[in-house]
Amino acid sequence: MTDIPSQTEAALAAIVASATLDALEAQRLETLGKKGWVSLALKTLGGMSPEERTAAAPAIQSARAAIAEALDAKKAALEAAELEAALARETIDLTLPAQAASKGSVHPVSQVMDELAEIFADLGFAVATGPEIEDDWHNFTALNMDETHPARAMHDTFYFPDKTVEGKDVLLRTHTSPVQIRSMLDQGAPIRIIAPGRVYRSDSDATHTPMFHQVEGLVIDKDIHLGHLKWTLETFFKAFFEREDITLRLRPSYFPFTEPSVEVDVGYSNEGGRRVVGGHGDAPGHAWMEIGGSGMVNARVLAFAGLDPAEWQGFAFGLGIDRIAMLKYGMNDLRAFFDGDPRWLAHYGFSPFDQPTLSAGVGARA
Amino acid sequence: MKFSLTWLKDYLETTATVAEICDALNAIGLEVEGVEDPAEKLAGFRIAHVLTAARHPDADKLQVLTVDTGEGDPLQVVCGAPNARAGMKGVLGLPGAVVPANGMVLRKSAIRGVESNGMMCSVRELELGEDHDGIIELPDDAPVGTSFADYHGADPVIEVAVTPNRPDCMGVYGIARDLAAKGLGTLKPIAMPAFAASGACPVEIRTDDSEGCPAFYGRVVKGVTNGPSPEWLQARLKSAGQRPISLLVDLTNYLMLGYGRPAHAYDLATLSGAVVARRAKDGENVLALNEKTYTLEAEMTVIADDVQVHDIAGIMGGEHSGVSESTADVLLEIAYFDPARIGATGRKLGLSSDARTRFERGVDPEFLDAGLDLLTGLIVEMAGGTPSEVVRAGSPPSTAKVIAFDPGLTTRLGGVDVPEAEQKRILESLGFAVSGDWQVTCPLRRNDIEGPADLVEEVVRIHGLDKVASVALPRMEGVARPTATPQQKLERGLRRAAAASGLNEAVTWSFLPTWAAEHFASDQPLWVLANPISEDMKAMRPSLLPGLLMAAKRNADRGAASSRLFEIGRRYFRSGNGLSDEKPTLGIVLAGEKTPRGWQSGKAKPFDAFDAKALALQLLEAAGAPVGNLMVMGEAGAQFHPGQSATLRLGPKTVLARFGMVHPATLKAFDVDGPIAAVELFLDAIPAKKGAAFARPGFTPPALQAVTRDFAFLVPATLAAGDLVRAVQGADKTAINGVRVFDVFAGQGVPEGHKSIAVEVTLQPGETSFKDADLKAITEKVVAAAAKLGAELRG
Repeated sequence: MTDIPSQTEAALAAIVASATLDALEAQRLETLGKKGWVSLALKTLGGMSPEERTAAAPAIQSARAAIAEALDAKKAALEAAELEAALARETIDLTLPAQAASKGSVHPVSQVMDELAEIFADLGFAVATGPEIEDDWHNFTALNMDETHPARAMHDTFYFPDKTVEGKDVLLRTHTSPVQIRSMLDQGAPIRIIAPGRVYRSDSDATHTPMFHQVEGLVIDKDIHLGHLKWTLETFFKAFFEREDITLRLRPSYFPFTEPSVEVDVGYSNEGGRRVVGGHGDAPGHAWMEIGGSGMVNARVLAFAGLDPAEWQGFAFGLGIDRIAMLKYGMNDLRAFFDGDPRWLAHYGFSPFDQPTLSAGVGARA
Repeated sequence: MKFSLTWLKDYLETTATVAEICDALNAIGLEVEGVEDPAEKLAGFRIAHVLTAARHPDADKLQVLTVDTGEGDPLQVVCGAPNARAGMKGVLGLPGAVVPANGMVLRKSAIRGVESNGMMCSVRELELGEDHDGIIELPDDAPVGTSFADYHGADPVIEVAVTPNRPDCMGVYGIARDLAAKGLGTLKPIAMPAFAASGACPVEIRTDDSEGCPAFYGRVVKGVTNGPSPEWLQARLKSAGQRPISLLVDLTNYLMLGYGRPAHAYDLATLSGAVVARRAKDGENVLALNEKTYTLEAEMTVIADDVQVHDIAGIMGGEHSGVSESTADVLLEIAYFDPARIGATGRKLGLSSDARTRFERGVDPEFLDAGLDLLTGLIVEMAGGTPSEVVRAGSPPSTAKVIAFDPGLTTRLGGVDVPEAEQKRILESLGFAVSGDWQVTCPLRRNDIEGPADLVEEVVRIHGLDKVASVALPRMEGVARPTATPQQKLERGLRRAAAASGLNEAVTWSFLPTWAAEHFASDQPLWVLANPISEDMKAMRPSLLPGLLMAAKRNADRGAASSRLFEIGRRYFRSGNGLSDEKPTLGIVLAGEKTPRGWQSGKAKPFDAFDAKALALQLLEAAGAPVGNLMVMGEAGAQFHPGQSATLRLGPKTVLARFGMVHPATLKAFDVDGPIAAVELFLDAIPAKKGAAFARPGFTPPALQAVTRDFAFLVPATLAAGDLVRAVQGADKTAINGVRVFDVFAGQGVPEGHKSIAVEVTLQPGETSFKDADLKAITEKVVAAAAKLGAELRG
C-alpha cells in the first residue's frame, strides 16, 4: 500500500501545473479515470473487512474529493484563459469608419410651408391650392385689375401664346391671389384659408428670381375688420418666429383687390450682420422692414367671387415664403434656393423628423 | 415723385421738420423711398479764397494754390483746373470729406512731390450739375470759411412712391394737400399770376375723337422770349430729377410736377391750319421728342394739324413742333385724355413718359382752365408775350360721384372708432363735400374713390392706421380641427419619407430650356412661354426629372461625389378647356456614387435600377398605395434604359410610378455622366384611401409556427422572376403566405437558354399543423403552377 497523502499531494501539484486542458485531462485519467490510482484504491475497499475499511476509507475519500475539486478549479481557469485569448485575437480597430447612411433633408420652403399650415390650422385656416398656369380673369380681372389697369403692368407677367376656350389670355400666376377667387367661388363664405405656392414674375436680379413662393391668406365672414387682420398677422408672426416682441406697423397702400389696402412692416434689429425680427421699428438700433401686403377684400372682388358684398366682408394678405424663411433661418441668397446643391440643402435643409408641431414649437432650431 | 422741401413749402405752410414730414408721408400712404439731404453730402466742403496761384514745378497742367479757409494759416492745395487763379472764391474739400460724385475720401497727399491739403471742386464733383471744365467760381461776396452746404442753401429732397390709385398726388401740390389733411400744416391757395388775355385764339382747335380726347383747350401766346429759366425754377425741377431745358419747356414741366397737370407747348410757326385731336391713321408716323419714330395705329389718339401728327396724345410731343430757343409764338395745349386709351397706346408703343403716367391714371378734370391760366400767367410773367383768349373744344368729365356713406362703417370695416366730426373734417380737408345726411361728393380728381370702403380708407389713413387695435379672430370652441386634405397629407408624408430615405429635397424651376422639356415631353404640346426671361426658362416642365438631372449635372461639375435629390412639385399638361392640368409628382435622381470606396466595401459603387425600385416601392407604400398588388411592367419611357427600367402599375392602365436607369442618350443630351438612376411617382394616380376608420381590422398572430420550403426551378432565361413568384403565390392561396426569391443562377450546370430560380415559400398552418400529406399536396400544387410557365423542378 502506497502512501495516499503523499500521492495526493503529488497529484494536486501536477494538476496545478497543467498548462493545457489536455494535460489536465491526462491528470484526471491518472487519478479519477477508471484506471486511475484513486479509482483503483476505492475498489480495494470492497475487499476489506469492515474494520480495515473504516480505517482506510476516509483517507481515500478525502483524496478523491480534493483531487476532483482541484481538477474542476483548474479546468475553469484554463477555459477562462482560453476564451480571453480567443477574444484578444478577435480585437478590431473601432477607430475605423462605419458605413454611414446618407442623410436626407427637407427643403426650407417646404418646411416653412408646413409651419404655416400648422400655425394657421390652429387659427382655423385650411390650406387651399390652385393652378399656376392661370387665365387672366382669375389672375387679374376678378381681382379688380381690368385690362387697362396700370397695376397690371407692374406685375411683369409671363404669358403663353395660348388662349382658353373662352378666349382668355393664359399666363403664369403672378401671385397666389387667384386662389382667393377660386376658393370663394368653390366654397362660398364664411371662409378661412391660406394658399401657399409658386408664383412667377419676369424679373431676375440678385434679390428676385422669376419663380418664388407666396402665401395668401383670406378670411371672409360677417364682421371682420382691419383689427382682425392686424391680430392675425401679429399672432402668426409671434408663433412663427417664436417670440412675443413682434411689432407690426401698418401703412396705407394700394392694391386693386383690397380696400382699404395696408402694407405691413415688421420691426427688426441688426445682430451680427443679420436682420433679426422683433422689437419696435422706431426703437434705437431698430428699423422697419416691409413684409407683406394686405387689406380688406375689395367689394368688387367679392362680387366677382360670387359673394354679396353687402353681406360679407373680410381681409386678405400675401407674404413671401422665401423671404420669411430667409429671415427665420438665416439664408441670404435666394438663388441658392433653386440650385439643388446638396451642400446647401444639407446645411439649410431640415431633418425629416423636424415635423412642425404646436406642442414642440413649429420652428426647428439649428 | 421727388421734390425738395422748399418746393413743398411753396404750397404747405408748415413748421414741421423733414423727419416729421417723412413720418407723416409714410403714415398716410405716400411711402418715403428716400431722403437726400445735400447738407450731409456736402459736409466737409467750405468756401475758400484763393490767395496765390503758381505753376507746379513738375507738371504743366497743375497749379499750386494757397487757399484761405477762413481759419488758421492758409493751406497749400494742388489744382488742375484751368480757371483756378489768385483772387477767386471757390469750394474746397478738406481732408476727410467725401466727394459726392465718386465717393472718394479726400486726404492730405503729395501730388507730383508737392503737398496738397484738399481739393478745389467742380460742379460735377459735388453733383450740382454736369459742368467739369473748371472749379466752381463763387461771387466775390461769398463768405470765406462758411460751410458750402449752408451757402448753397442745401435743400433736402424727398422721394415718395405714389401708388397708381393716387394721380392727384402726382404733383407736389397734391402731396401738400394730403399732408395738410394729416395736420402737418396749412395748404396755401394756388398763386395765380395775373395777366390780360386779348383777342380770340388765332388757331382753330377741335376734337374729332371725343372718346379719346373729351376736352382740348388751347391758347396762343405771341411774342415770347424763350431762354434759360430762373434759378428758383431750375432748382425745383432739378430736385425732381428733371433737367432744365428752356423756360417754356420748364414751365410746362413745372405745371406737371408741381400740380400733376401735363400740358404741351407747340411752336406756332411750325403749325399749319387747325390743330385737331383725332384718331391716328394706321401706319401714320411721328418723330417724337425722344428722337424715335413711332408707327401709329387707328386706336391711338393724336394731335395733328393739316400736315402731320404733332403729338402722341397724352404721351409725348413731336420733335417737329416742339419749342426751341427761337420760338416766338406758342400754342398751349391742355387736354383731358381717356386714361384707358393712353394706357393702351403707351403699352402698345412701349413708350413711357411722365405725361403718360399721369394721364393713364387720370388727371384732375377740374384743373383745365386753372391749369392753363397758371401756365399762361407764368409764361407772361417770365417770358413776356401777349396771350389770346382760351379756345375750348369739348368738355372734361364733370359729374361728381356722390356716395351715401355710413360713418359707422369706419368702425365696422376699419376697426377703429373715429368721431363723426373728425371723419367729416378729414374728408373735407381732402376736398370731399359732406352733406348733413352723409352724402359725400367726391372731388373729380379722386377717380379712385368708388364706394364707401374707399371713404373708410381715406378716413383711416389720415386718422392713423396705428390707431387700429388688434382684435382676435373668433375661435372655434375646443381644439382646432384638422384642415389638411388627403392630397396635402400625402405630399407631407411622402416628403418626410423621402428625406428619411437619405434624399435631399430640391426645388427646381418650373420652366426648362425647350430642348430639355421636349426630351421628356408626352404626346401633348408643351406650354411654352411667349415672353420668357431667357431661353433656359421657357417651357413648363412635363417631368420633374430634367430639372433634377440638370441639378445633378451642376453638382457633378462642382465635384460632388453624388447627388440624391428629390422634388415634389407639378408637371404641366393641358386640359380640355385650354387651361392647364397640373399633376402632383415626386421625382428622384440618384447620380454618382451610391457608396464611396471603402475599407470594408472595396470599390465605389454606382446606383442601380434596384436602388430606384426600392425607393419607388418604399415611397409608394408610404403614400398608402397597395404595393402588394402592383405589377412591374415596361414602357418607362424613351428617357430610360430600355432593358433597365419599368413602370409600377395598379392594373394594366394605371401607372403609379416609373423607375430605372436613365438612357445613355438622355445622359448625353443633358451632358451628364452616368450611370444615373431615376424615379418618378405620379401622385395623382395613387388611389385615395376610402372611408378608413381609426380601428384596424381584427388580428391575432397565428398560434402555430410557419414552415418554409425551398424550391429550385429551371426556367427559360426570358421568364420574369416576378411571373414565377406570382404563379407560386397563387398555387395555394390559403397556405402560402410568402414567396421570396433567394437565388438566381445561370451558367455551369444550367442548360443554355435557361436559368435557375430558387424560391423560399412560407407556409402558414391554420388551426392544425401540416401533416406530411398536406405538405406533399402543397408541393405538388407549387410545382404544377410553376410548370405552366415552363418551369421545371431541379432534382
